[in-house]
Amino acid sequence: MPVHSVSNVVVLPTKRTKSVLITMPDFKKIGAALLPPLFVMFMALLLWQIFASSPNSGLPPPTTVISESSDLILHPFFDNGGTDKGLGLHVLASLKRVALGYALAAIVGIGLGTLVGASQLFMRGLDPLFQILRTVPPLAWLPISLAAFKDGQPSAIFVIFITAIWPIIINTATGIRNIPDDYKNVARVIQLNPIQYFSKIMVPAAAPYIFTGLRIGIGLSWLAIVAAEMLIGGTGIGFFIWDAWNSSHISDIIVALFYVGIVGFVLDRLVSYVGSLVTHGMTVN
Amino acid sequence: MHKSYLTLSHVGKSFQRGTNTTEVLRDISLTVERGEYVSLIGHSGCGKSTLLNLIAGLTPVSNGTVLLEDKHVNAPGPDRAVVFQNHSLLPWLSVYDNIKLAVDKVWAKESAAQRKVRIMEKLDLVQMAHAKDKRPSEISGGMKQRVGIARALAMEPKVLLLDEPFGALDALTRAHLQDQVMQIHQTLKNTVVMITHDVDEAVLLSDRIVMLTNGPAATIGEIVNVNLPYPRKRIELVSQPEYIRCREAVLKFLYERHKFVEAA
Ligand SMILES: Nc1ncnc2c1ncn2[C@@H]1O[C@H](COP(=O)(O)OP(=O)(O)OP(=O)(O)O)[C@@H](O)[C@H]1O
Ligand SMILES: [Mg+2]
Repeated sequence: MPVHSVSNVVVLPTKRTKSVLITMPDFKKIGAALLPPLFVMFMALLLWQIFASSPNSGLPPPTTVISESSDLILHPFFDNGGTDKGLGLHVLASLKRVALGYALAAIVGIGLGTLVGASQLFMRGLDPLFQILRTVPPLAWLPISLAAFKDGQPSAIFVIFITAIWPIIINTATGIRNIPDDYKNVARVIQLNPIQYFSKIMVPAAAPYIFTGLRIGIGLSWLAIVAAEMLIGGTGIGFFIWDAWNSSHISDIIVALFYVGIVGFVLDRLVSYVGSLVTHGMTVN
Repeated sequence: MHKSYLTLSHVGKSFQRGTNTTEVLRDISLTVERGEYVSLIGHSGCGKSTLLNLIAGLTPVSNGTVLLEDKHVNAPGPDRAVVFQNHSLLPWLSVYDNIKLAVDKVWAKESAAQRKVRIMEKLDLVQMAHAKDKRPSEISGGMKQRVGIARALAMEPKVLLLDEPFGALDALTRAHLQDQVMQIHQTLKNTVVMITHDVDEAVLLSDRIVMLTNGPAATIGEIVNVNLPYPRKRIELVSQPEYIRCREAVLKFLYERHKFVEAA
């Protein structure tokens, strides 16, 4: 069984029309797809406006957020030097860290997962260690990595790495272990050598599982980076939020939260899209 | 002395699980001539697939020997291509690429153009050339089975091993494929060992029908020779005395002398 993500963005399924020749836009269908989320969003904003407008509210209502943080919303890429940058630049800094840590986690994770999935011996040796380490919360790794690397930047990358790697390992191993005997027998009859077996049978057969792991991994990476940057400081969306909190710019925090949510959503969709391209719609069942 | 093409002598197979040993097959001796079509028939679970896997070299024998052209069979290889019970095409490859994977490996010394000819030739043989770019999930069960057969044929095996190739198909598709396989056998004169559950299928296609007793420790109970000329026409066969005789012999064996015990 693949490990499924717990805390992911819920995506409302959007209807896709198959025909290419659309002479008239199907207003009914578009309306049916767009109206419910728009309605919910409108209601949420309305409630927020009502409750945050009371004088003893600690949070600003949407209107205040828009007026106070309009420059943040309108100019995501300004750079006044130091830490005074647009949100777009902070997000980019965070994304860079995630890209590095996640890429490492993907490479090492798929490698280790393959090893553990293919070999009973490695499985017995490594699995207990994995099972213990994977329950360690991402931020608990931060002090250790700061001690080891003596610098914020590599520590943040390490935290991403160590957070994202477990679902990748575990799902890859599950995928490798679940390769049907039939495929193995086909490989044996045509006498594929181990390298050919790896690239032509193992990887494609396990790909749906691997991508399940990669998708959970990217979600966890994004969760972890925001938290890690709050502690490390310097740049990044997490740092921005912490900095805004220290300067009591609550409106800025709220705008930043939207950024975090949207970027996380896009990352998730991106990995899932690449996955569907690579696996040609083969699904984990 | 006349040497047989495929020889099984006193073959036995036991599976070990922990301290229990189950003897699935015992003392199976059989010779198959070049170009012969032999069917294995027996009740479910008696060890037909196990026997086929022994010939394929996918599982090692516990006792006895399997010889193909005087060479010991102790590992799988393309000279004993298998069509598995459930087609076992790779779902991420197109029909063409599924066959290509086998052809590229088995005929690695040939040029790319020659290999392409091989692939298309075999696709034509099973009338699947039109679907060469489709994925297995996009074609019907009967088509998948045909592609599986084409893949096996493309290796030009000395012995073609078929494990209930038509088992999962509806009656019409099944009849159509049986005719195709008969046709191919007539054209290529290849040696075939086929597992089946279906008495009519066995009589229609085979030179000889090998009947296995019920497990555990199944062995060959009886062999029926089907003395009917090829090509056989299913409709004409029904009234022929030889066909009726063979059919009866197999039915008697399966349902009188070796009833499926668990079903009783
Ligand atoms: N790897 C294995 N380990 C232990 N027992 C096995 C193994 N493979 C097969 N058996 C046992 O051997 C017996 C015969 O199995 P086999 O698959 O050969 O039967 P079969 O005649 O092909 O049945 P079916 O017609 O249903 O396909 C079964 O009782 C099965 O439990
Ligand atoms: Mg079987």
